[in-house]
Amino acid sequence: MMSESENNTLIEVQELKVYFPVSMGNILKRKIGDIKAVDGISFYIRRGETLGLVGETGSGKTTTGNAILQLEPPTGGKIFFEGEDITGIGKKEIRKLRRRMQMIFQDPFSSLDPRMKVADIIGEPIVIHKMARSGADYREQIADLLRVVGLEPSMGDRYPHEFSGGQRQRIGVARALAVRPSFIVCDEPVSALDVSIQAQIINLLEELQERFHLTYLFIAHDLAVVRHISDRIAVMYLGELVEIASRMELYHNPLHPYTRALLSAVPIPNPTVEARRQPIFLKGEVPSALNPPPGCRFHPRCESAKAECTLQAARMTEVSPGHFVTCHRS
Amino acid sequence: MKAVDGVSFDVHEGETLGLVGESGCGKSVSALSILRLIPSPPGEIGGGEIFFEGRDLLRLSEEEIRAVRGNRIAMIFQEPMTSLNPVLTIGRQIAEPLEIHQNLPLKGALEKAKELLAKVQIADSGRRLKDYPHQFSGGMRQRAMIAMGLGCNPRLIIADEPTTALDVTVQAQLLELLKNLTRDFGMALIIITHNLGVVARYADRVNVMYAGKIVEKGSAQEIYHHPMHPYTIGLMASVPQLDQDVKKKLVPIRGQPPNLANVPKGCAFHPRCNSAVDRCREETPRLVPVGGNHERACWVDVRK
Repeated sequence: MMSESENNTLIEVQELKVYFPVSMGNILKRKIGDIKAVDGISFYIRRGETLGLVGETGSGKTTTGNAILQLEPPTGGKIFFEGEDITGIGKKEIRKLRRRMQMIFQDPFSSLDPRMKVADIIGEPIVIHKMARSGADYREQIADLLRVVGLEPSMGDRYPHEFSGGQRQRIGVARALAVRPSFIVCDEPVSALDVSIQAQIINLLEELQERFHLTYLFIAHDLAVVRHISDRIAVMYLGELVEIASRMELYHNPLHPYTRALLSAVPIPNPTVEARRQPIFLKGEVPSALNPPPGCRFHPRCESAKAECTLQAARMTEVSPGHFVTCHRS
Repeated sequence: MKAVDGVSFDVHEGETLGLVGESGCGKSVSALSILRLIPSPPGEIGGGEIFFEGRDLLRLSEEEIRAVRGNRIAMIFQEPMTSLNPVLTIGRQIAEPLEIHQNLPLKGALEKAKELLAKVQIADSGRRLKDYPHQFSGGMRQRAMIAMGLGCNPRLIIADEPTTALDVTVQAQLLELLKNLTRDFGMALIIITHNLGVVARYADRVNVMYAGKIVEKGSAQEIYHHPMHPYTIGLMASVPQLDQDVKKKLVPIRGQPPNLANVPKGCAFHPRCNSAVDRCREETPRLVPVGGNHERACWVDVRK
């Protein structure tokens, strides 16, 4: 649907579906349905850009990232990386792929092995992928990585508990960079950090992107952070992609009613601006992904829903160059 | 360890006060001490006075403070999941303070609980009373907490990171509800948060805390448009703003917030401050007025 023919595209996701089966009963387990965590989404990520993926709890944004990284087998659809179909590839190929795509996790406290020294944590991928020519080369690479993320090479001898949250996230970034990947999935990389520390990590990620020509999928629920770092933004609701546009276009011309509500709900740290804004309050709650509403999944909460919306799901259409929306009303 | 050190503030009827700061700055501890909820030992309120409706809460007997807690002053916590009792129905939990503080019989208390649930916009409140907390979503649990807090018509509500665990659209619904309720009933509201946006949207006045002290206080307008403490200025520059169009670089505050067991000498912020002078390393600044009700604790003139 949205393929860009130039080899400018690094990742292409076509009609991706990830379902989790739900069963009931203790002895005679029977399947009672699927949680449709991701249900037929398509998008692409250009080389060197940052695509922000936003959505609330249970919208499927983390599952999307995991499916691209082959951490979660897709139920349907295809994923292309550098033009090559990587859907359902074998373990050996996945391992090779890990050299080109990496991830940075949310929680810098639980994602680092507390019994390993920092140098070993960062060095592990180098060992696994046999990327060091000698012991000296290995140590030099680790020292470089520590420097690149703003830590001292001597800190490699310490354990994770000796570091603050922000420093631990730097260690997580160094580990992701160790194999010199071209693509990194950043899953809520700053949401566990203190406000004054978040900017340090955001700036680091931006510097590294420029220096190593990285491509990011930046998953977060904080729209202000996502808008700051992303070139384009994709909005998910209950397993579906409702809108994709450039960061400017999405903010100034949001077309999907959910995107509008989401943007209006984010408070802006400026009391004068806030006094003029009127948030849109959504009615009700996010329905269960086990039993999503028929038609457009957002229709029970939508102010402008009409009969058509309750019957048939909308298709994603390009309303202006690069601006895609899934809504009957647009 | 001094979690809160010489903090003074006041809040008036119908007013919303924002208490802003990062984790471990003492904002929750100062709020908990209003209700004398600091576990002792190990905690101890080493001094000061807390006046509420003209009485010093620190001088009340245990029995007297219990008549204030949950009655005249209600508290809403961050984790609705852990602050509700999982084995009691929602109705029972909302009715409990009504039985204790207002001597209502159980039946009357449950009737009032139903009204309260409706007031916090939970549909079908009569049936929902019989639900257990796990049958409620995160947003509904927090609504139930608010209903519980409203039961005895408190004069002050302290909301400690009330929406931090919730999604942004749910956060907006809940904060609006709290704001409207405080306005309609003329209650005072203290919102404790690290979210500068939430404070800008809802607070009339703001106290900025750092390492157990208030470093700047003033009206929301003054704090956001004319911040006078380097920490406040730093915080504002380090958060991305949704309405910022230019892709300008964020200016982080270097270093990290101090451990309260080991607060730097002098001004606690000096190791992270770009304007620090020798005096900042030696002497602790006090809050001084800088015009109107705007106060700050800093030795350096940061006005450009």
